[in-house]
Amino acid sequence: MNQAWMRQIAGVLRLEFKKTFFSKRGWWIYLLALGPVAIAAIHWLFEMRPHPGRHSIGEDSMVFAVLFHFYYLRLGIFFGCVGIFSNLFRAEMLEKTLHYYYLTPLRRELLVVGKYIAGLGLATILFVASTALTFLLLGRHFGAAYTDYILHGPGLNQLGSYMLVAALACIGYGSVFLMCGLFFRNPIIPAMVVMVWEELNPFLPAVLKKISVIFYLKSLCPVEIPIPPPFNVMVIDAEPSPMWVAIPGLLAVAVILLIYSAISARQTEINYGSE
Amino acid sequence: MSDQFITFEDVSRFYGEVLGLNRVNLTIPPGVTSLVGPNGSGKTTLMNLMTGLIRPTQGVIRVLGVAPTHPEKLCRMVGYCSQFDAFPKGLTGFQFIYSYLRVFGMDDAECRRRTQIALERVNMTEASNRVVGAYSKGMRQRIRLAQAIAHEPQVLVLDEPLNGLDPMARSETIALFRDWGHSGKHVIVSSHILHEVDKISDQVILLSHGYVVAEGQIQGVRSEVKEQPMQILIRCDRPHELASRLFMQDHIVEAKIGTDGRNLLLRTSDADSFYLLLNRVILDSGLEVESIAPADDDVNSVYQYLIGAGEGSTL
Repeated sequence: MNQAWMRQIAGVLRLEFKKTFFSKRGWWIYLLALGPVAIAAIHWLFEMRPHPGRHSIGEDSMVFAVLFHFYYLRLGIFFGCVGIFSNLFRAEMLEKTLHYYYLTPLRRELLVVGKYIAGLGLATILFVASTALTFLLLGRHFGAAYTDYILHGPGLNQLGSYMLVAALACIGYGSVFLMCGLFFRNPIIPAMVVMVWEELNPFLPAVLKKISVIFYLKSLCPVEIPIPPPFNVMVIDAEPSPMWVAIPGLLAVAVILLIYSAISARQTEINYGSE
Repeated sequence: MSDQFITFEDVSRFYGEVLGLNRVNLTIPPGVTSLVGPNGSGKTTLMNLMTGLIRPTQGVIRVLGVAPTHPEKLCRMVGYCSQFDAFPKGLTGFQFIYSYLRVFGMDDAECRRRTQIALERVNMTEASNRVVGAYSKGMRQRIRLAQAIAHEPQVLVLDEPLNGLDPMARSETIALFRDWGHSGKHVIVSSHILHEVDKISDQVILLSHGYVVAEGQIQGVRSEVKEQPMQILIRCDRPHELASRLFMQDHIVEAKIGTDGRNLLLRTSDADSFYLLLNRVILDSGLEVESIAPADDDVNSVYQYLIGAGEGSTL
């Protein structure tokens, strides 16, 4: 019996990967993931030539931290997850193909889990790999010194932390946007609301800060990025969450949202006419 | 006993304030059952309800004893070929059937075997490696049918399954429905092509404006329509003489003689009395009668009597 439901989830994954990977509709998500890799590669090629005023590994490390905070977390992974997860159900409603799933003897809860795992697979492969590649390419021009920085310095730990945060971001935002795709005809509107909330996070009181994904992700980042003036005067400081709170907390939020989505999926009707 | 029937008990379905179905009570036995009615009469709503795609606003539905709220059980027994002409992008015909069979939890070999059988049944084996998006409308219809029957369901629900099929494919598909129905399974078909409904149906359900107007075997339904005189076609050697003898009776309301001089079409308000009278007249007069057959106990006539042509139907 256990094998049956596992085979069913595997069946959903096969179908979802077939439909999701390399789909033309999602070209911009690949662009979001590959953009910083391309920039890091250009940076490497440009910096390979000897020239005066060369910066240090520490400075490149800070550049990556800024890129990770302001591009990956706030833009790339955020909108990548909007594109991937909100379309898991919504796109099938628009294309009028969701009924094929609903006519199989698959528990709706398992359908939600299967689709979520498929989306998560794609999102983590894209954004964790992109994070790692960008990190490795950004300081590559330092040659042996950078290899030493990674293998014997803080580089490997930093890389591991960034990859973990990228994966957690996919888990957290993925569960939020999967739910949005089930509940809203146009998931862009709730996505914008979530984005505004996440962007306002540094300026919110400590209690409200904790009702967000970005707060926990920032707590796990290895390099802290100060808010630049003049916005820094409006920042309300809050103690970052320790790792043992941030990781289980994010996972718990994702599980709660998934359970809610699964319950809703059980009540969902196929009524394409009203879409 | 109820495990052999599809039952609707006081089922209503509203879309907001719009009526989909109202207080439907049905017991559908095995065999081929046709749903007949104009556009918007509730045929698709009825099918979507029994396959669990939508829920009733009130009432109870059981499909072979299983509630549609339990897709884990229901969908092993039910195959539904819906009217939605849409497919997941990029899949070939084979992949389309195979992939959804995998979601049933079957292993690779079983899914391949069932996919092949389903493709053969609808004559789509040769085209199965082409992407579904490149299929003609008729091919798409057949591949959807193959997908609906691939898991060998006990109940096959088909929404306008003959749309887009060429005459050869129509005839093959009708034969498939008959086989399915004769093997003790349920086949629920909606169609607006009434002469084809006549060919395949063991029973009909006539719907109008969300109400079940009539249900049962078509002859039985026809005999219930008392206000419309029954039409009977008699082929004999002296139709004029027969007409003059029969027309003296009160219950004969109309008699028409065919142009070939051998056909007599009669309309009677009392079929039982008519047949008794006819026997006597034939014996007395020594007429040579080739055939006697009801002329309006088909779905088309019953549809016209009960629902009428002014319903905006697509007939």
